[in-house]
Amino acid sequence: MSTPLAPGEYRSHHPRLERALFVWAPLAFFLVFLVGPFYWMLITALKPDSELYDGSKSPLYVAAPTLDHFIYLFEKTDFVTWVANTMMVATLSTAIALIMGVPAGYALARLRFRGSEFVGTAIFVTYLVPTTLLFIPMVEVMASIGMDDTIWALVIVYPTFLVPFVTWLMSGYFRTIPSDLEDCARIDGLTRLGAMLRIALPLARPGILSAGIFSFTLSWNEFIYALTLVTASAERTIPVGVIVQLTRADFYFWGPLMAGALLGSVPVALVYSFFVDQYASGLTAGAVKG
Amino acid sequence: MGSSTTTGAPDRSSRTVRRSRLSDLVDSERSLGYLLVAPVVLLLLALVAYPFFVAIGYALSDRTLADPGVFVGLENFVLLWESSIYRQTLRNTFIFTAGSVAIRLVLGVGLALLLNESFRFRRAVRAAILLPWIVPTVLGTMAWLWMFNPNFSVLNYILVQSGLMEHGFNWLTDPDLALFSVLLVNAWRGVPFMAITVLAGLQAIPHDLYDASAIDGAGKFQRFRYVTLPLVMPVLLTALVLSIIWTFSDFGIVYGLTKGGPMNATHVLATLSYQTGLASGNIGEGAAISLTMLPVLLVLIVWQLRRIRRSTVA
Repeated sequence: MSTPLAPGEYRSHHPRLERALFVWAPLAFFLVFLVGPFYWMLITALKPDSELYDGSKSPLYVAAPTLDHFIYLFEKTDFVTWVANTMMVATLSTAIALIMGVPAGYALARLRFRGSEFVGTAIFVTYLVPTTLLFIPMVEVMASIGMDDTIWALVIVYPTFLVPFVTWLMSGYFRTIPSDLEDCARIDGLTRLGAMLRIALPLARPGILSAGIFSFTLSWNEFIYALTLVTASAERTIPVGVIVQLTRADFYFWGPLMAGALLGSVPVALVYSFFVDQYASGLTAGAVKG
Repeated sequence: MGSSTTTGAPDRSSRTVRRSRLSDLVDSERSLGYLLVAPVVLLLLALVAYPFFVAIGYALSDRTLADPGVFVGLENFVLLWESSIYRQTLRNTFIFTAGSVAIRLVLGVGLALLLNESFRFRRAVRAAILLPWIVPTVLGTMAWLWMFNPNFSVLNYILVQSGLMEHGFNWLTDPDLALFSVLLVNAWRGVPFMAITVLAGLQAIPHDLYDASAIDGAGKFQRFRYVTLPLVMPVLLTALVLSIIWTFSDFGIVYGLTKGGPMNATHVLATLSYQTGLASGNIGEGAAISLTMLPVLLVLIVWQLRRIRRSTVA
């Protein structure tokens, strides 16, 4: 009898052909479909206008690359301000989300108190409620407290979707850490709060890291609140600034637009390439655990 | 034995004396629980629950950007139901969601199975395919907008050069095709999430199960049907529910590509709500439009909650 095959093992008369057909060909399709648009973005950002709008030249590669579009972006638009704005909003709202969400996640996972189950459910429901349900009243609520047309409105509003996410992710994470060490620390004289701060939080560092990465990318990418709560160009974030200033009345600045889209994507791509494993495990922890 | 109890007792009592009321507060399970959860609860009451009720109030009024308006009951909803644009938007939203989620499901599960194989550069490929998911949605969408451009579409260039077509498609200007183009981009963005989530589910399946079923004589297909599928199902369903919610309520991709045009052919509830409520200033009607997402969302949320309950009890 032959040894059992592991999933994905092949025993065929034409192993190479089969592998080319069932592994490499589909992989090529997925890579072209999923990554192709970014190649296109890069190529366009580097092309001089003379090549960009010349139908006789092949659009698939760039003959004489130029940085003109990037220079335009930096000199003729508020791109630098948008980057600073986005950086500030993403950093601050991530900090707020972690400061509020991590302890709350700990409380829901470890501490028994009346109503904890209800609070847990309410937070989970809030996580599932999309921002497009609330953006109209949010514009008015922010205006009524004098927060219209300022970047600070986003720092206040982003935690509304970041905090439920962080709380939910972290309560799942804390549940995977055995509580023995905290019990020992309490016997040694630490308070519950002390045990959380000195024992549980350091142990939860990987979970906190992925919650932070998530929150940062979510705020970096956010669009509808950034579009509706802030309208002054100097107060915009990258996604809104790029779209609004580089596409005017059906006239598109394709080169700078692609350059801006590329540069606006680089920070999140970098953040995540450093932490790809954390990101993937956090993504699945968030999606899988209740 | 005796000496250890005598030295232990005063030690414990002196520690009790040193305790202040503050340390009682942070040492009792209940009070610390409330203390840690309170900020989150307050935030969500102030900036989620309150705006939600404000939205209901708006939806029942004829408020505009210029005029606070008066209570009009369900008039907004009645008007919406009679409006052909709203009905078309509703239809678009369902087609958009069903189409995109179907593509996400088929390609996402396929990609997950593929990434579960071992091959060279697997880590690099896994990182690369996540790009559409992590990059700011509207910025990725701009690449598609450019690829769909009527004059310089690279997709059409390839179609024409390879001799498949004479002129290529009007991806976003043809009302019959535009909704498909838009949902394709939405699916493009969502496939990586589905794939990575399902992949994690696949990798959590213990290897012994495959060995055991192989010894029992199960073929490749049978192993997929009776081992892989049932064990991946919980993860798959969660990813599916999240994908449906996110697609159903999507705004950025449609706004970035068509803003709802041509002739409302690609309007979904979120974009129509934005256009009516903020761009045209009919706050009441706009709020009513976005609230009509609620029934579908509620069904999905309740279903997901019950699934999670069941899995944590079991």
